Amino acid sequence: MSKILPLTLNNVFYRVGEDRLIQDVSLRFEAGPITLVIGPNGAGKSLLLRLCHGLIAPESGSIAWGGSDAVQAAKHQALVFQKPILLRRSVYANIAYPLQIGGVLRDTEIVDRVQEALKLAGLEHIADRPAKVLSGGEQQKLALARARAQRPEVLFLDEPTANLDPRSLKDVEALIRALHKAGTKIIMTSHDMAQVKRLADEIVFIYDGRIVEAGPAEKVLRSRHIKY
Amino acid sequence: MNSILEGFSEAFGLLISLDPDLIEIVLLSLRVSLTAVFFSALIGLPLGAVLAVAKFPGRRLMIVLINAFMGLPPVVVGLVVYLLLSRSGPFGVLGLLFTPTAMIIAQTILITPIVASLTRQSISDLWLAYRDLLHSFDASPMQIMRTLLWEGRVSLMTGILAGFGRAIAEVGAVMIVGGNIDRATRVLTTAIALETSKGDLGLALGLGIVLVTIAIVVNILTLSVGQVVGGQSLEGRAP
Repeated sequence: MSKILPLTLNNVFYRVGEDRLIQDVSLRFEAGPITLVIGPNGAGKSLLLRLCHGLIAPESGSIAWGGSDAVQAAKHQALVFQKPILLRRSVYANIAYPLQIGGVLRDTEIVDRVQEALKLAGLEHIADRPAKVLSGGEQQKLALARARAQRPEVLFLDEPTANLDPRSLKDVEALIRALHKAGTKIIMTSHDMAQVKRLADEIVFIYDGRIVEAGPAEKVLRSRHIKY
Repeated sequence: MNSILEGFSEAFGLLISLDPDLIEIVLLSLRVSLTAVFFSALIGLPLGAVLAVAKFPGRRLMIVLINAFMGLPPVVVGLVVYLLLSRSGPFGVLGLLFTPTAMIIAQTILITPIVASLTRQSISDLWLAYRDLLHSFDASPMQIMRTLLWEGRVSLMTGILAGFGRAIAEVGAVMIVGGNIDRATRVLTTAIALETSKGDLGLALGLGIVLVTIAIVVNILTLSVGQVVGGQSLEGRAP
C-alpha cells in the first residue's frame, strides 16, 4: 500500500519571466508502472520532474500527494539528476550522506542500507574510492544506489542514461528495472525512443510545456504526435 | 650586498644557536597569529557561508563591506583597538592594552574579513553546484552550511592561509596595541622594525629571513594536513 501515491497535478503552470515553460499540466501518477516522460529538448521534461519533486514551486495550480502532505511526501521520494551531483567523498560516504542527515536511522541501519545499495549497483569493490574519479557510468550507478538507499517510494530520474556508453546504459537500465522490481515507482525522462520502448509501461508526451499525450505505452507510441 | 650577506649569516647563526630571545619572539609571533587565525576562522567561515547561501535584507551591503574590509589599514585597526582598550576607552577596565591579547584582537579584526570574503566566494560556487542535491535531500540550513564547508575544505584552507599570511606579516596594528615591549609583546615584525630603526640591518634581515621561513613552513604543513584530511577528490568514509 502506497504511503504517498497517487501524485496528482492539477492545472499546473510555471514560467520564468515572460516564458511559460509549463502550461496547464494535469496528470495523475499511480503506484506501479514505469512512467516515461518524453519530448524533445526544451519541452519541459526536467522542469516537470523538478516540480513534482518539489525543487521548484508552480506559479499556479496544485501538486498533491495522495494521503500525505508535501513535507511528509518529500521523505519518500528521491531524484537522480541527468549529470550526477556527487559529493567530494568516497562512494560509500556519498550513499551514506542522505541517510545520515535524515537523522532517523541508527548507524547499523545506515551501514546495512549502504551495503545493500552498493551490492545492488555492483559498486562494492570501489566503495572506498573517491566518487569524483569514477567513470560516467559508475557515477550514475552511484547516484542510483544513493537514491535506492533512501528507500524512496517514488524515484524521479532525469535522463539518467544521457551521455552513457552502450555498456553503461545497459547496466543503468538493469538497475532501474531492479529498483522497479523492488517496488519503487519510477518516473523518468528520456528522449531516446529505443529506451522508451524498452522501459516504459506508460508514457507522458510533453511538447512546448503542454501534455500532448499520456497513457499506456503501446497506445501513446502509436500516436501521430510523437514523431518529433 | 654586505648587509644581505650579513643578514643570511645572522639568521643562520640565530637559528643554529637556538637563541633564547629569538625562540621567545618566534613563539609569541606564532601564538598571536595562530590564535587570531583560529578566531577569524571561527567567525569568518560561518559568516562567509551564511552570506553565500542565505537571503536576508542587508546581505549585499554586508558583502560589500566585508570585501572592502579586506584592505583595512592595520594602523587604523590598531588605533581603534587602542582607543577601545586604553584606560579611558570602554574596555579599559580589562587592562588588555600592551598585552598579547590586544594584539590577537587587532589581528582577528584585520583577517576576519579576508577569511569571510574568500569563504563566501568558495561557498557560493559550491552552492551553485550542490543546491539542487541538498534541497532534494531536504537538508536543513545548518546541514547545508556544514556540508558546503566540508566540501570546500581545501579551498577554504587557502583562505585561512591568506589570513595567516596577513597576520604573521602585520606590524602596524600590533606595534600600536602591543607596544613592542621586550619579552612581553615583541614579535618578529615589531622586532624587525626596531632593529631597522636602530641601524642593525643584519639582525633585522636575519629576523626577516626567519619570518619568511616560518610562513613557508606553516604553509607547507597546512597543505600537507589538507591533503591528509581530504583533497578535493580524496576522502574516505567520514563524515
